Amino acid sequence: MAKRELQEVNAGSMADIAFQLLIFFLVATTMDTDSGIFRKLPPMPEEEQKEEKEIKDRNIFVVLVNKDNQLLVENELMDIRNLRVAAKEFIENPAAKSNLPERVDTEIPYFGIVPVTKYHVISLQNDRGTSYGTYIAVQNELTAAYNELRDELAMRKFGVNYKDMKDIDKRKEAIEDIYSLKVSEAVPRNIGGP
Amino acid sequence: MSKFGRKGKGKMPGISTASLPDIVFMLLFFFMVTTVVRETTLKVRIIPPIATEIKKLEKKSLVSYINIGKPTQTEVYGSAPRIQLNDAFATKEKIREFVSSEREKMTEADRNKMTVSLKCDRDVEMGIVTDVKEELKKASALKINYSSRSGSQKDIFSNF
Repeated sequence: MAKRELQEVNAGSMADIAFQLLIFFLVATTMDTDSGIFRKLPPMPEEEQKEEKEIKDRNIFVVLVNKDNQLLVENELMDIRNLRVAAKEFIENPAAKSNLPERVDTEIPYFGIVPVTKYHVISLQNDRGTSYGTYIAVQNELTAAYNELRDELAMRKFGVNYKDMKDIDKRKEAIEDIYSLKVSEAVPRNIGGP
Repeated sequence: MSKFGRKGKGKMPGISTASLPDIVFMLLFFFMVTTVVRETTLKVRIIPPIATEIKKLEKKSLVSYINIGKPTQTEVYGSAPRIQLNDAFATKEKIREFVSSEREKMTEADRNKMTVSLKCDRDVEMGIVTDVKEELKKASALKINYSSRSGSQKDIFSNF
């Protein structure tokens, strides 16, 4: 009878197999973090409608988007590339113009009494046929206008970037009080034909 | 002969690779555990729009997703944009139900922090998105997030 030596299974390739599995899971793992533009919807109006508050014409910045993705800003056709600058001027009203929002002296922590365009509202209205991409682009530009103003102020006052400030930072709150995001969305209707 | 050399002993023993599989297995298990196999299969095609002013969604457990886009199987479902909740197509009337069932899953303290992420294709028309937003308002899920990819200014304007 032949003498057989029990051969041990070579475990050398174990690592290779494990590596293969590892690579599979590495590839399959989606650490996808969702990101996007945050907005808060207005609550549903109460049953008994409150008296609609009159908003002065100078305090409203009307942005209309039609189904062909064109912008009408304050009754003028506008290219989206110019929207940010226009929105910034509206929100801040640096020259205290009479056709832009009124500046109300308000006490803000860290800043003391500063003029704030408290009552300004950006009214965004789109058509039902507006493409979502355009809508996001407009929302993005409006958000960017606020963020740029906030960033400039944070830089000037505190020497830090607005983006780097923590959410619990009281200074961030103060800046947001000065440039508070007010984008109101009207229920869309068909602008410029069906 | 140098003072320090220890010629006699010589030969560095090779590093044993016997524990390599163990290390690799450890990594393997880590990734196996952390991998979340996507629970919902998307039935709609979504290419998110591009934006620059985006924020990351922080707590995933607080987020519910609503997908809107053209069905991937256009020959079966047609090419009109549809709403997908969880695994199935839904009508906008189902959204309130969906929101309340998502709320149920959360702890009491988290319920008012609930965020709804709207994942819409960049080519859908606003009509359907607005309908969804109106329904969310009715369901008082007011914190929303328009899901978008980060990109440069140029990418955004290239659509115009």
